[in-house]
Amino acid sequence: MTVEPILSVDGLHKHFPVRNVWKRRVGWLRAVDGVSFDVRRGEILGIVGESGCGKSTLGKTLMGIQPATSGRVVFEGNDVAGLTPAQARKYREHLQYCYQDPGASLDPRWTIRSSLHEPLIVHTDLPTAERETRVREILKAVGLPETHLDLYPHEISGGQQRRVGLARILTLKPSVVILDEPTSGLDVSVQATILNLFLDLQRAFGLTYLFISHDLSVVRLVCHRVAVMYLGRIVEIGQTEAIFAAPQHPYTQSLLAAIPKIGGARVTDSFALEGEPPSPTNLPSGCRFRTRCPRAAGLCAEQDPALLGDGAEHAVACHFPGP
Amino acid sequence: MESDLIAVRGLRVSFGSDAGVARVLDGVDLTIRRGEIMGLVGESGCGKTTLARSILGILPPHATRIEAGEIRFEGRDLLGLGEKTLASEIRGRAIAYIPQDPFTAFNPVFTIGTQIDDLMRFKSPLLRGGALSGRDRRRQDRARVLELLRMVQLPDPEGVLRKYPHEVSGGQRQRLMIAMALLPEPQLVIADEPTTALDVTVQAQILTLLKRLAREHGVAVLFTTHDLGTAYEICDRITVMYAGQEVEEAPVASFFDAPSHPYTRKLLDSLPSSENGIRGIAGEIPRLIDPPSGCRFHPRCERATEECRTTRPPPEAVAAGHTVRCHHPLEGGA
Repeated sequence: MTVEPILSVDGLHKHFPVRNVWKRRVGWLRAVDGVSFDVRRGEILGIVGESGCGKSTLGKTLMGIQPATSGRVVFEGNDVAGLTPAQARKYREHLQYCYQDPGASLDPRWTIRSSLHEPLIVHTDLPTAERETRVREILKAVGLPETHLDLYPHEISGGQQRRVGLARILTLKPSVVILDEPTSGLDVSVQATILNLFLDLQRAFGLTYLFISHDLSVVRLVCHRVAVMYLGRIVEIGQTEAIFAAPQHPYTQSLLAAIPKIGGARVTDSFALEGEPPSPTNLPSGCRFRTRCPRAAGLCAEQDPALLGDGAEHAVACHFPGP
Repeated sequence: MESDLIAVRGLRVSFGSDAGVARVLDGVDLTIRRGEIMGLVGESGCGKTTLARSILGILPPHATRIEAGEIRFEGRDLLGLGEKTLASEIRGRAIAYIPQDPFTAFNPVFTIGTQIDDLMRFKSPLLRGGALSGRDRRRQDRARVLELLRMVQLPDPEGVLRKYPHEVSGGQRQRLMIAMALLPEPQLVIADEPTTALDVTVQAQILTLLKRLAREHGVAVLFTTHDLGTAYEICDRITVMYAGQEVEEAPVASFFDAPSHPYTRKLLDSLPSSENGIRGIAGEIPRLIDPPSGCRFHPRCERATEECRTTRPPPEAVAAGHTVRCHHPLEGGA
């Protein structure tokens, strides 16, 4: 590897206890179960998978919103997994998390100015005047006029609230931003505007994004590399072009085959994948995908395939990879 | 026309709110033929759901006002029918509904079987003749329920009936919803964004199922969606709405190959693809409290002229079955 990774995740596990009505633990929900990857400075890494595959848990565990069960998260050279919130605070200044609708996290009773000042008050000891200059600078970067500072969230449109939410994240000059489903639920025309804003900001501030999404067509356009998750594991990771042009894992192939393509053959005439993902509290033995996999054989039930690379940054966790 | 199942003409619906009267539907025309799948596409807030709800007659009565128009279903104007006739003959009988969110559509404290039995108690097609005794009808209904659950490919239909809604997955709940919509043997099913809450692989399964069952049962479907990809998958014809007005109606092939309305063109261009990159539509959706006059798209349209600001264009046929409401339609989809 040529560039030192800015964020390096090694064997990360996050298990939630499953309790019965008497609060006795009856099992574990393995939401993230041994995930390892590196994120390089300035890249956009996409994390895709169906709901319940652990993408959001992964993001929240990296952020320290939930403590990791085991594993290491090395951010800018420091292991941040397992730190107490107070210890983690100084690292978190540069690692930010962006919720699905960042506008919804604005306090309706605060002006935009107070909302934008708050992160700086929490994390820095800048004097008010300097904070104000920083706030104005960021507001300009997200494309809002300064007159908006004195308005309340309900006085601006939803799209503008979203921009304020982003500005709030950017005031601390983060190096890595985790974007959790940033465009889901948006109309295509609005989605395009938001994606362009993300890309502009990334260039302007030299940001690194971890782009969590279930929308493969968006991931294809914005991400440099893509990791595909299934039931708490990464099943395939590689350059975006490689993943989309020649997916090796049968799950990635089905996921790509399920996207409706306008003008092409209709998915409803050809789609073959049966069933739904099994429950993460009760995982199948061996390979997790074998219950739905068209290529499953005896070996798949016995042995869990490791994530193996082919040398060119493309790694697959499958006993029988291939086109 | 003989083959028209439902015809909406000049429907105007407004909502009263604190800020003023929002004109949510402004003279909407829509025709669905027997047995066809009609896609209704548009961005959120364009009135898709309001139109679907007006057809079902479930708009909130105190906040909404139907100002003009008619909804002709098999020759009868639904807007003129009394609540009692609507409930016993139309809603849930001739016109069924598949909701967007299968998670909130079930009552969490009753088993799925109980809820389906309740549905059949009031909406069973066997009630129409009135010749069967209660017990016979229930037995025949139960057999039909199990048959339909098998048709929507639910594993272990008897077992599913004993489960509570939280015990089945989202995809299975949506399958149950489709089965429940088809049980009363309706002529029209209104599917309001039925796959928005689902993952792509499950979405593909559900769309396949919906398309197949609609064809087999000869049911017409009004399929509202904001996802043009899913509309392409299953629809025969597509109607585009913008800010409470329908702007274009076309068979699926010419809709995607040769859109005539500038808004349709822009909507298609804003789909993320490797050729187009990321392109949005400049400007914002108008506020419905004081909507633009004439064609409501004119503030965002570069072809707009004075005429567009004053009068709403009438529907004009550009090809067979393809009508557009634009003073300056595009030629050949360019």
